[in-house]
Amino acid sequence: MRENLKEKELVYSGHLACAGCGAVIAMRFFLNTLGKDTVMVIPACCWSIIAGPYPKSSLKIPVIHTAFETGGAMATGVRAGLDMKNDTKTTVVVWAGDGGTFDIGFQALSGAVERDENFIYVCYDNEAYMNTGVQRSSSTPYGAWTTTTPGEDWKKLRKKNIMGVLAAHRISYAATASIAYPEDLIYKIKKAKSIKGARFLHIFASCPTGWKMASELSVKIARMAVQTNIFPLYEIENGTKYSINFKPKNYNVKEYFMLQGRFKHLKQEHFEKIQEMVDDDWRLLCKKAS
Amino acid sequence: MKRVLEGSHAAAEAVRLARVKVISAFPITPQTHIVEKLSEFCSNGSMDAKFIKVESEHSALAAVIGSQSTGVRSFTATSSQGLALMHELLHWTSGARLPVVMVEVNRALAPGWNIWTDQTDSLSQRDTGWIQLYCETGQEVLDTTLMAYKLAEAVFLPVMVVLDAFFLSHTYEPVDVPEQESADKFLPDFEPAFSLDIRNAYTLNQLATPDVYMEMRYDMHLAMEDAKNRMADIENEFSKIFGRKYLPVEPFRCDDAETVFVTSGTITSTCRQLVNDLRKKGERVGLLKIKMFRPFPVKEVCNCLKNIKQVAVIDRNFSFGAGGIFAQEVRAALYGFINPAPCVMGFVCGLGGRDVTIETLTTIYKKAKNREAGQMESVWIDLKK
Ligand SMILES: Cc1ncc(C[n+]2csc(CCOP(=O)(O)OP(=O)(O)O)c2C)c(N)n1
Ligand code: SF4
Ligand SMILES: [Mg+2]
Repeated sequence: MRENLKEKELVYSGHLACAGCGAVIAMRFFLNTLGKDTVMVIPACCWSIIAGPYPKSSLKIPVIHTAFETGGAMATGVRAGLDMKNDTKTTVVVWAGDGGTFDIGFQALSGAVERDENFIYVCYDNEAYMNTGVQRSSSTPYGAWTTTTPGEDWKKLRKKNIMGVLAAHRISYAATASIAYPEDLIYKIKKAKSIKGARFLHIFASCPTGWKMASELSVKIARMAVQTNIFPLYEIENGTKYSINFKPKNYNVKEYFMLQGRFKHLKQEHFEKIQEMVDDDWRLLCKKAS
Repeated sequence: MKRVLEGSHAAAEAVRLARVKVISAFPITPQTHIVEKLSEFCSNGSMDAKFIKVESEHSALAAVIGSQSTGVRSFTATSSQGLALMHELLHWTSGARLPVVMVEVNRALAPGWNIWTDQTDSLSQRDTGWIQLYCETGQEVLDTTLMAYKLAEAVFLPVMVVLDAFFLSHTYEPVDVPEQESADKFLPDFEPAFSLDIRNAYTLNQLATPDVYMEMRYDMHLAMEDAKNRMADIENEFSKIFGRKYLPVEPFRCDDAETVFVTSGTITSTCRQLVNDLRKKGERVGLLKIKMFRPFPVKEVCNCLKNIKQVAVIDRNFSFGAGGIFAQEVRAALYGFINPAPCVMGFVCGLGGRDVTIETLTTIYKKAKNREAGQMESVWIDLKK
């Protein structure tokens, strides 16, 4: 499959993200695939800044910024308003971080999915509250340093399985994707677009600033997350039909951790424990997909 | 056509007549009858609107902000805990300059759980940039809700129409319900100044640096000030079609009065009765009803109170550490404008739905007339030992 996404560029250069920001790579793939007939709802997150200050914008589509916890509800209202104007052409999208999705915005998201609201909800996951300076979220993985899990208090709890939670809602379509696997990502964006009702894309989006790594490692690290099974690529249809899109050859997780400053305190025993957790999750996922 | 309606249904009829397109709300006593009636209107085809049944008041207002941003008339209703939960989004609505209308039923805030009337819920939202209009009767609720859309859409600020729990929300009264045709004449289709639309890639509510934020707020301030004049025009237009008028403040038998009550909401009706009774006994007493609380009608309040000796402000609300809220506002309005200023005494009564009777108001009248209350603090009436 060949796509010339640059021709359909909907993100201006000169945006306000850090160098190597995975959230911008994710946005470009997403918007350039979905196209310009899109209205985007952005709750508080790094993208509240990246999109630019008044009166400028780094996005070539209509955008409404909104309160941190309101993505699902705001998009519901936008969709309802457009429906009342008989506008069926526009796709409504929520573009939220992991904090706005897993944590503070979870109630509004759950409500919207239960009502099967007709929009695509995208969570770009950088595994912490980056906008406010790298605080832990329920998406922060086991082992990670953040500014609220400092020193020996590094996070000793698992990352929330948001896909599982949404599957339990019997959501029409949910998929994980990665900035390091563009074809897979584009396929999922197109598939999401072709479905009606509530749809969810969980995109792994590296953050060099918050993960304490070199900016040129963004895509490599995202690829390693998939290859190590830390962030597997899969889809769930109607909450029950699981398909795994990529089967890696069991890489060891250690190398992934060694490249990121946020994990530098981890010792061999921790890697072993994490490896066990990752293997366990993978077995469970394979079982669901079989 | 005259019908016997409870206050809640008067509100719902107005929303139907305003041809609202999107409604989103979450149930809370005593607001429930409003949303139940509207659900009925939406499902039986009396209204061509979408009713979004969200999972919280917080999401209700978020959804309404979303729908109004696409340029369609939107509505929500709440009370007490629900309004408190909406707080952050109240600021979002006004800051986004959206002409949303909300009906808010005054109910006490917990703890302890109390579903009865008390104004502290709406008054503690006074700095959120919403216009606030308080109602006395079912007719006033219907009329004010219709006018609220016209006002909101004229100044691009949201409007809260406020009514007392039970005493108004659940009380049946004869209400003249306008025909759709005359309602349409008064309130034509909404023409948005901006909207979310793929044909025009606006960005709404984005990052505003210190360079621009202050001017944005100043514009809101100007719009709020403008609301006073706009409301006068809207009331004139309304009265031409429907023959009814309310005004931001309504003086009642104030002309040669020495002592004047200041009231809002349903206490006003009880107080009217007392004023009439006292007048019969030769007492020089009057009443000033405040309908518009935001923007505060400073000029009108000053005009009415300038020759008054004693003012008794009735507050069914309280701001801890400060006093009754209407009393504070009245004092602030008079300060510097009227010299010598009348003696303004604040009386707190009826919190959490306790009855405010003719006797309660008579006690207040005596204290006010004899200047038995200080001007610095609020006097709590009918307190049990
Ligand atoms: C109610 C509320 N609480 C806190 C904040 C401060 N805040 C803004 S963005 C943010 C973190 C966002 O995290 P996430 O959703 O993961 O997006 P990211 O910044 O990582 O891209 C926080 C805590 C806020 N805007 N609103
Ligand atoms: S902090 Fe991370 S997510 Fe935010 S702009 Fe920078 S690189 Fe992107
Ligand atoms: Mg994040």
